[in-house]
Amino acid sequence: MANALAHDSHAHPTGWKRYVYSTNHKDIGVMYLVFAIIAGIIGAALSVVMRMELQEPGIQIFHGLAQMVYGVDAGAALDAGKQMYNTFTTAHGLVMIFFVVMPALIGGYANYFIPIMIGAPDMAFPRLNNISFWLLPVAFLLLIMSLFVEGPSGLYGTGGGWTMYPPFSTTGNPGPAMDFAILAIHIAGASSILGAINFITTIFNMRAPGMTMHKMPLFAWSVLVTAFLLLLSLPVLAGAITMLLTDRNFGTTFFDPAGGGDPILFQHLFWFFGHPEVYILILPGFGIISHIISTFSRKPVFGYLGMAYAMVAIGVVGFVVWAHHMYTTGIDVDTQAYFVFATMVIAVPTGVKVFSWIATMWGGSISFRTPMLWAIGFIFLFTVGGVTGVQLANAGLDRSMQDTYFVVAHFHYVLSLGAIFAIFAGWYYWFPKISGYMYNELVGKVHFWVMFVGVNLVFFPQHFLGVAGMPRRYIDYPDAFAGWNFVSSIGSYISAVSVLIFLYGVIEAFQKKRVAGDNPWGEGATTLEWQLPSPPPFHQWEELPRIR
Amino acid sequence: MRESRFMAKWTTGSILFAAGSVLPRLAHAADVKTGPYAWETHFQPAATKVMADITWFGWYTLSIMTAVVLFVTLLIAYVVWRFRERANPVPSRVSHNTLIEVLWTIIPVLILLAIAIPSFRLLYAEYDPTKLYADYNPQTTKFLTVKATGSQWYWSYSYATDQDSKDNGVVDAVNFDSLLVPDSELKTDQLRNLSVDNAMVVPVGTFVRLQVTGADVIHSFAMPPFGVKVDAVPGRLNETYFRAEREGVFYGQCSELCGKDHAFMPIVVQVVSQDQFRHWAGQAATDLPGANKTLAEAVHGGSNEKVAVR
Repeated sequence: MANALAHDSHAHPTGWKRYVYSTNHKDIGVMYLVFAIIAGIIGAALSVVMRMELQEPGIQIFHGLAQMVYGVDAGAALDAGKQMYNTFTTAHGLVMIFFVVMPALIGGYANYFIPIMIGAPDMAFPRLNNISFWLLPVAFLLLIMSLFVEGPSGLYGTGGGWTMYPPFSTTGNPGPAMDFAILAIHIAGASSILGAINFITTIFNMRAPGMTMHKMPLFAWSVLVTAFLLLLSLPVLAGAITMLLTDRNFGTTFFDPAGGGDPILFQHLFWFFGHPEVYILILPGFGIISHIISTFSRKPVFGYLGMAYAMVAIGVVGFVVWAHHMYTTGIDVDTQAYFVFATMVIAVPTGVKVFSWIATMWGGSISFRTPMLWAIGFIFLFTVGGVTGVQLANAGLDRSMQDTYFVVAHFHYVLSLGAIFAIFAGWYYWFPKISGYMYNELVGKVHFWVMFVGVNLVFFPQHFLGVAGMPRRYIDYPDAFAGWNFVSSIGSYISAVSVLIFLYGVIEAFQKKRVAGDNPWGEGATTLEWQLPSPPPFHQWEELPRIR
Repeated sequence: MRESRFMAKWTTGSILFAAGSVLPRLAHAADVKTGPYAWETHFQPAATKVMADITWFGWYTLSIMTAVVLFVTLLIAYVVWRFRERANPVPSRVSHNTLIEVLWTIIPVLILLAIAIPSFRLLYAEYDPTKLYADYNPQTTKFLTVKATGSQWYWSYSYATDQDSKDNGVVDAVNFDSLLVPDSELKTDQLRNLSVDNAMVVPVGTFVRLQVTGADVIHSFAMPPFGVKVDAVPGRLNETYFRAEREGVFYGQCSELCGKDHAFMPIVVQVVSQDQFRHWAGQAATDLPGANKTLAEAVHGGSNEKVAVR
């Protein structure tokens, strides 16, 4: 960014004020990306510690860890350790969802590139953009603090999972840890709602002359749909966790059967948010992948309108499938039949997207630069995660898979291997634009292959564990599950190495300072960001581009 | 048992219905080992018709889904090879083809329909397994009712004393807690993290009405070989049914995060002959340890649980 600063003639704040006071969508985007990388390292570290624990049957690590971190004596260490494992699964989920994938895709890439791509000088509400970002570190801090205060009686942290089902999150966690976590999610949610309002307003009102909705880049479409999902689902979550908060602290009984409430009500409210949330995590990735596939095939996206409206369809139907997370809760069998049907419908627009990506490559002239590797990897892995989703949609089969490692494998294939691969694809695609420097192609490719092998080794065996009956969120398991758990843990260590390769690649690029140029990708890269210098000027489009 | 409203119309006559009833095979042999085993890659052997159907449906969908993944993979592989920069230096500009776009919308719909029809049949059978028994007679079939309550961190069972349960051999209420056997007290024939002190005992070939609730937080009663998983929700009484078709000791584990000892509250169901159950239930009302001892001697000559180590 130093270059942009030097070349720009406008007066603007410098030093720490430039970032803390920033109303510039690119600076805020960069802050989001840095934040997501830091949170991502923390979230990944949590998962590696869990995999170390699960490498062998028995409890190896967490009692010692609890003694170290909480200073409990040896007698209480085992219980504290078991609780600590649950706080790790909870924190890993919340961190990865709210503080890694969402900030990276929406706060980072969308903030940086949506105004540029639609030919706007900045976001519609630059100050709102600033507060959207600065709420996040606060929320993150609250979540981290929750790990160190009392949760269940005599134990630390909230171990109720990212789903926070009552009564475990009410009467089961009397200490303040749960309140910290609830407030963290409240603030992260508020941040996202403000961001969503900003994106919707920007995309609807600030497109350059001639850029109709149907000429808008697919990434802008994906972010528009995502913003609507955020705007409509997060208030429901906010309502649910507010009720949780009052149940905990002010004697209400929304979720307490003793006072006429119902624990299942929370699950309905949570998943009414939670299911759109998984599309929030993946849709921006869909947009990024479309651009990368098109760029490196040197072909326009196949079936543009179908691609755009497939995302709209996924967004709409995504709101009416929530109870497929609740097949075993005792909901009526006819209700389950409806949710089976509605859930399977989503496979159709998703299939349209996968086939359109392949059709975009068909007839193209494909160069296998690093972003393209990640994008092709994404298509394959997302397909694997998608088909297990079709299996899980069937309530009859889900009876045997609900809450087992099969579900863990499924959602990590679409998120850890889907959303994260899209984030890395976007990283290598846009890093030259954001930094002005070219990454090292070899390092990028090695990063891809190591991570591809690593994550598949982590998650593919978990399908087997799941169908064999191993439940999720277990610190220890019957000895029969030892084999696949060992393989999975080895995969986790390989994935951890890939993170180090990624970080090395970033440092290497900034050290070597290979100048990337305006458009390192050639004629295939047609969206507006490639018409600007790398990095783009502090303020772009002082004269609005005209779209033919 | 409730009759489903819209299933009744098309359950019979469907070819897939017939295929679904014929293909699944129940493991009947009494010496089939129970519990998960090392390097297992699919469901545990079924002990109920419902689980046999789930297993069939699992394989059925897995076959379709494997074919889909293979198809997509081959497409990607072909495209990557055929249209690499060197092989195809000049890209085409084609970005529309109505026919192919209609095809890749319609064909997935047909595949999903082929999944949905047996899927609905399976779902409704789970809620009424009597559908799977041609000889089921509502007048003569007596259900045994057992209630399972999940608490932090153990299960409790109570056997109902309604007339149908009494006809199955329950004399007086039987209530007991079922706790994990700690590692230090494991006998050689017991499984770490799976064996309990007092198993739930049910007769073979008998419909069991299982009622499940939670005492403090939500737990989930899961019994993989039976195809049963029901959440134990405080303030709710969830109901499910199963009919075990072979004797043996079957293992499940709590399947809803419930706190620090979530991994340490397993579920054990011992399926015994109807005669053995009558003896056990009669004695258990007053003397549970005695009843369990007698049962163990009757089943295995002293061992409480069958050896299931692999």
